[in-house]
Amino acid sequence: MLQLVLIGVVAGFFSALFGVGGGIIVVPLLLLLGRWQERPAMATSLAAIGIIALAGTISYGFHGELKPGAAALVGLPAAAGAIAGTALQQRLAGRTLSLLFAVMLAVVGIKLVV
Amino acid sequence: MGVALLAIGLGLLAGILAGLFGVGGGILFVPTLTLGLGLTQLHAEASSLLAIIPTVVAGTWRQQRYGNVRWRAAIVIGLAAVGGVEAGVALAESLPEGVLERLFGALMLVVAAQVAWRAWRRG
Repeated sequence: MLQLVLIGVVAGFFSALFGVGGGIIVVPLLLLLGRWQERPAMATSLAAIGIIALAGTISYGFHGELKPGAAALVGLPAAAGAIAGTALQQRLAGRTLSLLFAVMLAVVGIKLVV
Repeated sequence: MGVALLAIGLGLLAGILAGLFGVGGGILFVPTLTLGLGLTQLHAEASSLLAIIPTVVAGTWRQQRYGNVRWRAAIVIGLAAVGGVEAGVALAESLPEGVLERLFGALMLVVAAQVAWRAWRRG
């Protein structure tokens, strides 16, 4: 329980600092700190991000910063993509998912360092 | 028209990555909204959060059917993260940005190596 709170606080903290999504922090922490399997870690991260994004959207909405048309243009195809992505995830071994995820993390890391 | 198609294509790709890895898709949403659709950084980051909502609702709905979501943990992490965001915003306004970004990038590389090492050893 304490570990989950810690993971959440760290994820929210870094996502606000660097504008990265919470998932890129929640997933590795659940894998390495919580010793979770890949599929539950990634699925639970997705649900947690929903809460973070909802809170952020409400906050930005009050400040009038939202562009709903632009958000729908990328967000609705992304919803279809997410259904395909989760289906693909069920077909891949946990180990393969970890290795692919590590590649994505490395790409993001290099982008931030350079 | 071409830009809209590109945005739709990148949105689809962001969704696939989101579903596959359990991330929100913001990594691709933000550059698509700024470079592709001409939004300011602030409007893009705000609208990216809005775009993440349908993405994670669809993804979580499927993951629920696959039996992978642990709701209690998700709610605890999500609510704790909202608190962490406040702290992050406060610190972001008081520290030099370039240095922090590099440090965080380096941290990501270390974490990537650890995740890969854990998976490798298991195989």
